[in-house]
Amino acid sequence: MNWIDIGHIDDIPERGARLVKTRAGCVAVFRTGADEVFAASDSCPHKGGPLSEGIVHGRHVTCPLHNWVFSLETGEAQGADEGRIATYPIRVEEGRLLLDAAELAARSAA
Amino acid sequence: MTQKLVVIGAGMASGRMLEHLFDADPDAYDVTLFNAEPRGNYNRLMLSPVLSGDKTYDEIVTHDADWYAANGVTCRFGERVVEIDRARKVVVGEQGEVPYDKLVLGTGSNPFMIPLPGHDLEGVIPYRDLEDTQAMMGLGDTPGARAVVIGGGLLGLEAAAGMAARGIDVAVVHIMGHLMERQLDEAAGYLLRKSLADKGITVMCQANSKEIVGENGRVKALRLDDGTELPCDLLVMAVGIRPNIKLAETAGLATGKGIHVDDRMITSDADVLALGECVEHRGAIFGLVAPLYDQAKVLASTLLGEEAAFVNKEVSTKLKVTGCDLFSAGDFAEGEGREDIVFRDPARGVYKRLVLQDNRIVGAVMYGDTADGAWFYNHIKEGTDVADMRDTLIFGPAFQGGGTADPLAAVAALPDDAEICGCNGVCKGTIVEAIEGGAVDLGAVRATTKASNSCGTCTGLVEQVLAVTLGDDFAMPAAQPVCGCTDLTHEDVRRLIKSQELKSQPAVWQELGWKTPNGCHVCRPAVNFYLLADWPLDYMDDPQSRFVNERNHANIQKDGTYSVMPRMWGGMTDAAELRAIADAADKYGAAVKVTGGQRIDLLGVQKEDLPDIWRDLNAAGMVSGHAYSKGLRTVKTCVGKDWCRFGTQDSTGLGIRLEKLLWGSWTPHKVKLGVSGCPRNCAEATCKDVGVVCVDSGYQVSVAGAAGMEVKETEPLVNVTTEDEVVEWVTAFIQLYREQAKYLDRPYKWVAKVGLDWVQETLGDRAERAALVERFEISQSVYRTDPWAAEVAKSERYAPLANLMLEAAE
Ligand SMILES: Cc1cc2nc3c(=O)[nH]c(=O)nc-3n(C[C@H](O)[C@H](O)[C@H](O)COP(=O)(O)OP(=O)(O)OC[C@H]3O[C@@H](n4cnc5c(N)ncnc54)[C@H](O)[C@@H]3O)c2cc1C
Ligand code: HEM
Ligand code: SF4
Ligand code: SF4
Ligand code: FES
Repeated sequence: MNWIDIGHIDDIPERGARLVKTRAGCVAVFRTGADEVFAASDSCPHKGGPLSEGIVHGRHVTCPLHNWVFSLETGEAQGADEGRIATYPIRVEEGRLLLDAAELAARSAA
Repeated sequence: MTQKLVVIGAGMASGRMLEHLFDADPDAYDVTLFNAEPRGNYNRLMLSPVLSGDKTYDEIVTHDADWYAANGVTCRFGERVVEIDRARKVVVGEQGEVPYDKLVLGTGSNPFMIPLPGHDLEGVIPYRDLEDTQAMMGLGDTPGARAVVIGGGLLGLEAAAGMAARGIDVAVVHIMGHLMERQLDEAAGYLLRKSLADKGITVMCQANSKEIVGENGRVKALRLDDGTELPCDLLVMAVGIRPNIKLAETAGLATGKGIHVDDRMITSDADVLALGECVEHRGAIFGLVAPLYDQAKVLASTLLGEEAAFVNKEVSTKLKVTGCDLFSAGDFAEGEGREDIVFRDPARGVYKRLVLQDNRIVGAVMYGDTADGAWFYNHIKEGTDVADMRDTLIFGPAFQGGGTADPLAAVAALPDDAEICGCNGVCKGTIVEAIEGGAVDLGAVRATTKASNSCGTCTGLVEQVLAVTLGDDFAMPAAQPVCGCTDLTHEDVRRLIKSQELKSQPAVWQELGWKTPNGCHVCRPAVNFYLLADWPLDYMDDPQSRFVNERNHANIQKDGTYSVMPRMWGGMTDAAELRAIADAADKYGAAVKVTGGQRIDLLGVQKEDLPDIWRDLNAAGMVSGHAYSKGLRTVKTCVGKDWCRFGTQDSTGLGIRLEKLLWGSWTPHKVKLGVSGCPRNCAEATCKDVGVVCVDSGYQVSVAGAAGMEVKETEPLVNVTTEDEVVEWVTAFIQLYREQAKYLDRPYKWVAKVGLDWVQETLGDRAERAALVERFEISQSVYRTDPWAAEVAKSERYAPLANLMLEAAE
């Protein structure tokens, strides 16, 4: 584990997301209405829609291009659609967002 | 041999510790007790009931003079300890020194005072001790007294409610989006705010204090950063506490946020112990009394040489304000693998939410009915596996089987004089009467009462009244609910938002019994639109409830870049604008396209560049064309009588006038207009949402056209003789559409549902038309602004949060 400080939770709008550029591709960092934080791949497995631009509801995000819905916890597409986005370990400490760089590096090497 | 124990601070924690100590071994120590406050131990929690008048100070004293005498405690009350000399093992009080064998620090915490200009004025106080409480109580004797409380947390709200109970006019200013954000979620915060409003307390959320205004050295008002001024005779700051560690720090003890203690409550000096709000234990600091009592027990044992260890447990919170029944425990944020169970009973104002992880309850928030709070709290502390009772868990321990939230409850709860059919002014009582008189289906109710006989949007509601009145005898036709989050239809939701005056998203989720915490991508944009259309001055548009194009004020393209389209009023432009567009195209590498809407599109702009290109276009006098919005798009015009030999009126001028009037307004779906200067119709006005065709005698206004996947000619609405009349009719039509239509219904679909006759009849009424125009103008006073200019001001949002491309890969 190698936790990197990527910013403050208040840098992300509630029920919104921001992007982090990494070697493993763009990672979207989501903040839910209950101030939970999740990190996942920004790219929709359907046609590459930018998930950080989707509507965040409960612990789900809806892709802005064709409305696929993904669980932010498991990364699984919901309902009839089949697909999965990679999720990454992230935690919040006193408002600071910490992303696990070791995990990202492992993915980009793989 | 009796040892000397000195205790600094006669607070909640040290008082409890002394009880344990004397219970176990009354003769072990000779105790000297210092307290800066001029009194002994009292129950600080109960200051709030003292403030509201439910208790007196005498009733909350926990240890009186007799108790100290009986236990041989030397009291040095009203005396502050100024120094600890650890080398000599003495404590220095204001009146002299006392030696110790063991020393206990229980100095509590200091209220945090925001260093706003004017914070040192007279009449600006914290809420911590009896003196503060008395200052607030004293204000109640002045008729017409006003107070402002900064901070919408536990303390601030108890102060506010206590003062309100004494007849003081109180306003609470809170910086966050909802009250008690650390203990409550949005939904519970909404209900709390409602209860406080019922007590006459003004609550302002997302309000930023800027300055405290004084007069002759005394507080006079609080000024917010938006310029609002709240007059007050007393200002209470309740924005948080800081452990009181100064004494310990100066004495060279190890401190962080608080005084460091180990599991036995011993500081970095083996003879100095500490407990209460002044300590830091394994990184945690404390603000509620329950864990402090555990510390008191441990510290007493340690003093007696027994083995004991403090373990920090989950705490639960209740607010001590009559009529505000809330409960919060555990953790309901942050973490993966969690699920929610939500229960709402809008009629009773009840909200409950449990957060589960691995079949265990990890958090609970409830409002309105907290009877089961202790039971849930117990399961949180015990880590009970709740898999077997999961389905019925939310109903609490008394659950007997059956029973789910009733979707008809909202209708059942409506009073008899609630208006059901707005068109014909029929109220619930009349309909119930008709049903009881034998009108047992929709057709019969329509025939007898005229309800749902006109525009028809209340049909769903009439059916629900039938269902509530007839019970099982009525088979409800399957209405199409908005989405899986609710059983209500769009029409239901719109009507209830108006009739129940729901002015925020949490209000809608709660009062209409939503099944999800905050909706989904289907219902949230719709609800956001309904709220802003119905309550333009009360509701603030929520960008997080909008689709990407409307949130980013540009059209996302298939490769993730955006297109940027400035307005060209009525399709007119000039050389300066074209030059600025050409410069922008060069600078940001955009492709340039002339659109079907008579303007110029810049395609292929990167998200990060959006604020910059907008700033450049703004500088040349151009604003957003809203080519992305459910709102006014373009007003297409022809050159008209200024140039064309057939032209009858100034079609270009009228188009520009309409566009300048309507731009920025949000509508259920996009709206396009066209104005042609003669029936040759070069602006193709008769396939628009609203089309105007100029003729010699005036203007033909037609509506409800379409030219998309479906193509449909407009239908004539009215013929008028002046431009002013055109403007009035078009504005009224758009406003009626905004107030009535279902989200994502284009005008032609909406008109097909309600009938052109009804639209003509409604708009034909002069007073109604004027009222619609007036409501449109009120809304436009908020929304007729350029979103680009506003976004440029917060441009950092468009950049990535972080760039880890350069991080060393391990
Ligand atoms: C109005 C109000 C309502 C509250 N309601 C609740 C509630 O409902 N539930 C809950 O769990 N908690 C509540 N709390 C919080 C709770 O009261 C505190 O957590 C608790 O009192 C802390 O106890 P303590 O012994 O650490 O400090 P305190 O009770 O603050 O005692 C510290 C004492 O040390 C004295 N002192 C400080 N420095 C010196 C010095 N140098 N020399 C001599 N004496 C000194 C101070 O004068 C003070 O009397 C409330 C607090 C307030 C103010
Ligand atoms: C993602 C979907 C769509 C995109 C990105 C899109 C984009 C555009 C753009 C950029 C324009 C130029 C408009 C202007 O100057 O403001 C345009 C014009 C137009 N669009 Fe679309 N559009 C979409 C969907 C639709 C749909 C669903 C319809 C029909 C219901 C439609 C009907 C039209 C028509 C008729 C015009 C020409 C307007 C005129 O000549 O005045 N479009 N579209
Ligand atoms: S619509 Fe009539 S007035 Fe307008 S340009 Fe065409 S012919 Fe001329
Ligand atoms: S007509 Fe179709 S392809 Fe062309 S811009 Fe409109 S939506 Fe896109
Ligand atoms: S690209 Fe995400 S749903 Fe199509």
